[in-house]
Amino acid sequence: MKVGNLFLSLLAPISAIIFSLAVGALVLLIVGIDPIDAFGQMVTFSADSTSLASSINKAVPLYVSAVAVAIGFQMNMFNIGVEGQYLIAAMFAGWVGTNVVLWGPLHITAIILTAVVVGAIWAGIAGALKVTRGVNEVISTIMLNFIAFSVIAYLLANRFAVESTSLNLSTGKLPESGLLPDLNFLITMFGFAEPRGIAIPGFLVIAVLLGIGYYVLVWRTRFGFDLRISGMNPGSARMSGVNPKKMIFYTMLISGGVAGLVGLSTLVGKLGAYTQDFPRGIGFAGIAVALLGRNHPIGMALGALLFGVMDRAALVLKLEGIPEEIVVIIQGVIVLAVVVAYEIFGRIIARREVRAAADALENLDTGAGVTA
Amino acid sequence: MTENDRAVELVDITKTFPGVIANDNVNLSVGLAEIHAIVGENGAGKSTLMNMLYGMIVPDSGEIRVRGEVEHFRSPKDAIDHGIGMVHQHFMLADNFTVLENIVLGFEPRSGLTIDFKEAREKIIDLGSRYGMTIDPNTLVEHLSVGQRQRVEILKVLFRGASILILDEPTAVLVPQEVDELFANLKVLRDNGVTLIFISHKLDEVLSVADSITVMRGGKTVANVLPSDVDAGQLAELMVGSELPVPETTDSTVTDTVALRVEGITHRSPDGRTLLDDVSLSIHNGEIVGIAGVEGNGQSELIDALMGVIRPDAGSVELDGTDISQDSTMKRHELGLGIIPEDRHRQGLLLNAPLWENVMLGHQSQPPFVKGPFIDMKGAKSATEAVVDRFDVKTPNINVPALALSGGNQQKLIVGKEMMANPNVLIAAHPTRGIDVGAQAAIWDELRDARRAGLAVLLISADLDELIGLSDTLLVIFDGKIVASLNPAEVTPEILGSYMTGVGQEVAS
Repeated sequence: MKVGNLFLSLLAPISAIIFSLAVGALVLLIVGIDPIDAFGQMVTFSADSTSLASSINKAVPLYVSAVAVAIGFQMNMFNIGVEGQYLIAAMFAGWVGTNVVLWGPLHITAIILTAVVVGAIWAGIAGALKVTRGVNEVISTIMLNFIAFSVIAYLLANRFAVESTSLNLSTGKLPESGLLPDLNFLITMFGFAEPRGIAIPGFLVIAVLLGIGYYVLVWRTRFGFDLRISGMNPGSARMSGVNPKKMIFYTMLISGGVAGLVGLSTLVGKLGAYTQDFPRGIGFAGIAVALLGRNHPIGMALGALLFGVMDRAALVLKLEGIPEEIVVIIQGVIVLAVVVAYEIFGRIIARREVRAAADALENLDTGAGVTA
Repeated sequence: MTENDRAVELVDITKTFPGVIANDNVNLSVGLAEIHAIVGENGAGKSTLMNMLYGMIVPDSGEIRVRGEVEHFRSPKDAIDHGIGMVHQHFMLADNFTVLENIVLGFEPRSGLTIDFKEAREKIIDLGSRYGMTIDPNTLVEHLSVGQRQRVEILKVLFRGASILILDEPTAVLVPQEVDELFANLKVLRDNGVTLIFISHKLDEVLSVADSITVMRGGKTVANVLPSDVDAGQLAELMVGSELPVPETTDSTVTDTVALRVEGITHRSPDGRTLLDDVSLSIHNGEIVGIAGVEGNGQSELIDALMGVIRPDAGSVELDGTDISQDSTMKRHELGLGIIPEDRHRQGLLLNAPLWENVMLGHQSQPPFVKGPFIDMKGAKSATEAVVDRFDVKTPNINVPALALSGGNQQKLIVGKEMMANPNVLIAAHPTRGIDVGAQAAIWDELRDARRAGLAVLLISADLDELIGLSDTLLVIFDGKIVASLNPAEVTPEILGSYMTGVGQEVAS
């Protein structure tokens, strides 16, 4: 029975992905391109060490972003502001990193802490607004995104930018002690070629730790219990002594703190600075990954990796003259399809559980009857 | 009396739910253009009966006749098509829509592809003036008072062509002058040929407005009377029943130590209605104090105030001699205040979570459920096994979600987890509601045993068997006030019923 339910839970994302590929193929057919050929190109292109490194590079920030969103989901809160939270956090972290020079490990720690604190403060504004004024967090976090974009534009142009010859504004290159080493040995130790122009980010380690920390916090601590029950049934939570308002505020703080880490893989990795063209959109993509991975630490890791691989594979389409937007379409359809699929399979599983409990009870009753 | 002057006849209607007979051979006959009141306590079967007439529930057996014709309603739409409308107790209006938009919602008159608001507006104004319920169709519903909103609900039903209206406890949410206005409206409706079926348990109101009264008790219709033939006291007696259960003749275990003392608790709703009015009571160790009263008279607010879920405007709560008025709900749990919540699905359980997490609820700050900041899964699971064993919760294992259990087993789990936590004071709200007789007896025995061992219990219930069978002292709450303190061994149905329905003063004097 247990295995059956696990199989059903896996069936949901898998069927959603297959369905989305079918939709993508259909779109390709409509624009007159052979989908088999296009998908084939993507697969061949993805299967080398540079592509692998690139996919992981994309997946790490996506994963962190998904965890930030998932923490909110545990309490039925929708933090759409991860986007603004990670950008503003990364900018401040970059600025602190270039201006506060500390001894090695302390330096990188200071950068990471800055990002966490700034992200938490930015999300905390939405949390405070919800608790004190009842402002829906969806609205406030969207608005805070726009405010963050403007604040970043202003500070970067007028306060934080270092003298630079290029047109691209930047908080300045981080010194060596502010960067994390790459993890390319993970690939080369198995005899594969060193990736070219891209590396497996050192931040991967922190992302893995974050996933474990997320799991422990949510499912193994009393705080996580209070958080989950506030999301599951606010009435029962309140009667049991949990103050839902407090939980809302803490949840936003933690979600924002994690969101602050989203940009760090890039900041202390391949880019080494906060620049005007710092990668954007990861906050929104993280929502999709959290949905795809069902807020589960491993599910989200697989989801992030899938999105990373697809992003990388999209590059070959451009080379072949195939519109790379097809990948965005497939990603979008996956998210929609997976929500529907989880709902359908969730109901089937719930029905089976109830039936199983009833069956077990019947056996229990007859068993008791025999002994009596 | 001829056959065709009857608007509605329900003949020998029976409806059972798993383990409960909600309606047992019920008969109801409502004349055309009359105001017919149905009175009875909560759980007497009024709502079930009305839901069948409105097509929401299909009866197991019996016959529904509308204007002499036998009908088989499968859905509310069938009932609406036959001119039956229902005004629910909780309004179903969209605040940011106008009166007009709310009334046409789902029943839009069309002209081509657009909604014909002009025609609808005229029809509403016409209905309003015909029945004396004028209201500006262009006002936003959020700007209306509760009484006006109810008028919109009534107009909505009339707009759909209803000539038989079911009103589910229409006065429960109204202030006194709004009640007067409502009754004036109802009389105009009746004089214009509309039939009104009116559910209530406020007897003075029923007597003042109804043309005919049907009394329900325990799923049966026990009487059909004319308001001119009875007074409130007699009606109360019909409602409560002429025989009260005899209390268990066990020795009193009441001690001299006060476990819970409540002093002058007063609480108002944000819109200024008084929900609790200077409530004071004290419970000794080894004593069960029962609170009788029709639901909605302040019981929920009293529980919330005792648990610290709401902060009352005035008054204090003392547990074992310590003032806990400022303490959080969690702190109160830790100090030994246990709670069996009145609504197990909304306040007592996590339906999708495994049983052991449900047992943690309310005790998640204490061992054996936690070790420091971490959940002690081993401790929590063995505590859950203990609850399941001792309270005979029928379940395959403790990892199934709570929704897999039957209602009685869910309740046993809640009662069990609270009792096993060894509270000093237990607030038990409807501890046996909706569960089968066997589980009920088991829970009663547990409560009696705990009382013997010195537990102080505040028992809030709508079940008179339970209240009289268990309580050492019986308090009656009405309109947020404790109106009587009675000895359960001596109380008569007439006295109890009249206090519960707010006519106590006259009867008592």
